[in-house]
Amino acid sequence: MNNNLIQYIYGIADNSLILGQRLGELCGHGPSIETDIALTNISLDLLGQTRSYFQYVAKLQGNGANEDTVAFLRLEREYKNVLLVEQPNTDFGYSITRQFLFDVFHLALLEELQKSKDEMLAAIAKKSIKEVLYHTRFSSDWIKRLGDGTEESHNRIQTAINDLWIFTDELFHQTDADKAMIAEGIGVDVTLLKINYYKKVSSILEEATLQTPSIEYFQKGGKQGVHSEHMGFILTELQYMQRTYPNMTW
Amino acid sequence: MTEEKIHIDQKLFEILETVSDPEIPVLSIVEMGVVRSAKLINGIVEVEITPTYSGCPAMDVIGDDIKEAFQQKGYEAKVDLILSPAWTTDWITSKGRIALEKYGIASPLSESADKEALLGNKKLVKCPQCGSLNTKLVSQFGSTACKAFFQCEDCLEPFDYFKCLK
Repeated sequence: MNNNLIQYIYGIADNSLILGQRLGELCGHGPSIETDIALTNISLDLLGQTRSYFQYVAKLQGNGANEDTVAFLRLEREYKNVLLVEQPNTDFGYSITRQFLFDVFHLALLEELQKSKDEMLAAIAKKSIKEVLYHTRFSSDWIKRLGDGTEESHNRIQTAINDLWIFTDELFHQTDADKAMIAEGIGVDVTLLKINYYKKVSSILEEATLQTPSIEYFQKGGKQGVHSEHMGFILTELQYMQRTYPNMTW
Repeated sequence: MTEEKIHIDQKLFEILETVSDPEIPVLSIVEMGVVRSAKLINGIVEVEITPTYSGCPAMDVIGDDIKEAFQQKGYEAKVDLILSPAWTTDWITSKGRIALEKYGIASPLSESADKEALLGNKKLVKCPQCGSLNTKLVSQFGSTACKAFFQCEDCLEPFDYFKCLK
């Protein structure tokens, strides 16, 4: 039961960790000072949420584990984030599309997770949801602004949406740990979030004068620990200090 | 709102009032609503604090500052971080709101007004410098996660607005 719970938390928290890391790469590289600050603030929120989850995991693991060992000392296959969040910051259009496609899901997930029988997860969800509301508002606004902007911005954001769309279906896949936790009343049944997710995303895309892709082929693997080629590079940077100077502290 | 639920021993209250938020030095952590309880148990002060935002880097500093403030008064203190119930801007006291405004940070509006202001639909945020309502949103995220960035179109001063968190 404990191992299922830990795996279940990885499935949620690793999304925030890896997306937080991706957004952190933009610190000092955002297209404007305002977007730079916004994206890194979102990164900070996500990493803060990750800390709460990982402190809880460390407590469940015992044996001297702490939030840092959980974050930094796992191998690639042990990270259970979806492929969407590890996709690179190709340009601002991609970063904001990745954010938007994740935010809409994240908000729906947290709305359900607040009802979890696990008090700690419910508390983290209640705390996080307030922050994620701002994230969703920010990324949705940008989708509309770029979609309904110039011909150039419209084409580029449409390209990003078409390219990242193949990663959306995985958000609604279930792992064995997910199923076990749903049975316990702890986990959220993500399959039930799917219809509303696509409805919400499509309505914002429509408002943004953008096309909802009609792709039938989707990518998957992240939830099982089988990641895209980008993941190794992310972890190399993320784990660098702990791998180079084991057990270092600030 | 839920202030009546806070249990802070009076003697400890005075010490906690000397600890300020490192990002907003004019505001004590009590006025900020961050302290949820403080009790003297078997000679050790047990303080519960709650983060404003999950990733707020000030929380570690606040924890250390609390321990130091009590140490100076001869107490040993233990600080616990609690997440539930989650912090809301409603917990900033009225004294705290005045301190914020004086410091140049516009204090949070109600939830619905906040949304209108942050979407740029209505001019509702008052400039803490000149009091004008002729202000515009520059960025939904400001110098810290808890603030948005505004500019006054009358006195032209840029300023932070403390976002409503419910």
